[in-house]
Amino acid sequence: MKLPYYPGCTLKKNAKNFEKAAIVAAKHLGIELVELPRWNCCGAVSSLTSDDVMHHVAAIRNLVRVQQMNDDGILDNEYRLVVLCAMCFNVLKRSNILATSNANMLNTINSFMDTEPDYEGTVEVKHFLEILRDDVGFDAIKSKVINPLKGLKVSAYYGCTLLRPREVGIDDPEAPTIMERLIESLGAEPVDNPYKSLCCGSYHTVGSNKEVVARRAYRIIEGARRNGAEAIITSCPLCAFNLDNRQALTEKLYPGFKRMPILYFTQLMALAFGYESEASFDGNFVDPIPLLEEKGLIGMKVQK
Amino acid sequence: MLLEKVEEISGENLYACYQCGRCTAGCPMTGEMDLMPNQVILAILRNDERVLNAKTPWVCAQCYQCGVRCPKNVDIAKIMEALREIKLRSNVNYIDLKKINRSYPQIAIVATMRKFTG
Repeated sequence: MKLPYYPGCTLKKNAKNFEKAAIVAAKHLGIELVELPRWNCCGAVSSLTSDDVMHHVAAIRNLVRVQQMNDDGILDNEYRLVVLCAMCFNVLKRSNILATSNANMLNTINSFMDTEPDYEGTVEVKHFLEILRDDVGFDAIKSKVINPLKGLKVSAYYGCTLLRPREVGIDDPEAPTIMERLIESLGAEPVDNPYKSLCCGSYHTVGSNKEVVARRAYRIIEGARRNGAEAIITSCPLCAFNLDNRQALTEKLYPGFKRMPILYFTQLMALAFGYESEASFDGNFVDPIPLLEEKGLIGMKVQK
Repeated sequence: MLLEKVEEISGENLYACYQCGRCTAGCPMTGEMDLMPNQVILAILRNDERVLNAKTPWVCAQCYQCGVRCPKNVDIAKIMEALREIKLRSNVNYIDLKKINRSYPQIAIVATMRKFTG
């Protein structure tokens, strides 16, 4: 299966490990992720005002690229656009819903992008987790596992953008299970966290109020730990930064706080599929290697 | 009038709100706010312009928890955005871009610029 793929800016800088692990994990499952040619920043957050069309142009322009890939024969009638970054996924899907449900708005956007082909509303924005659930299936994933992650207790952190608003979310916004099912299929033990969809503070991490984020990180990490979690997985590079890198500040605010590794779900997949080096654990702030060594999950069978 | 302006920018019907407080109960940021989300709606309904100087709209990180829980389907995040926009459209920035640490993830920086500058 060959699918067009939108990386987004952060996966090319702070979250290289997320992408690298995803590409090998997808390949292991028979999916070739083909990066969109000439993609641009989606805008990171959706514009919520009813009179703002301009800020949806960037998102829609990326969807035009999917059409072009089909027109150029790079893809064969494949209009599902795969996104890894949860924030980009949210923005692209939301703009797509808006533009395709409002002919006036779509017309304005198309007229503005007069050097581009018109967007015809044919693209479907999909998070990679949806492809895993709906097209690959968790049973198939389980059968492809080379090194089951036995004994590893992992809590899923969903954050906001995978689940809300409802029309964009990929699972029940109050009781999601998609990542727990993935954890289970990789042979690890999923652990619940009452704060798994509590906002981490998002972009408040920039600027003078970093403590807001560090306090939320504490609540989220401790919520997972109380249930026995040893690591947390996420699908958002901003959540990852806030939960992972901000632990240095959390530590200062809460004496006695112990660091917990924060991984991208694709890193866990790469490890279970036998791609330890591509899992790129050196890109994480809190080093997950000691935990994985303790569990006997480092130095396992390696795929060539 | 403030109410008309907010309704126009947000596209939301604020009269749908019956002050049940579910938005406030679920909001992860109330500890940092000076007005609770339901109080913000009430202030707008009363055309109380003091709400434009409240901290709350700037603390809202657009996590949509309130919106998915509202029994009347009021998208409160859009109302917070409208209040921010009223300020930003008068050419007042909420942050100084020069002070941003460039090593942060791009999505964090872009999001900050989008939400805190006009």
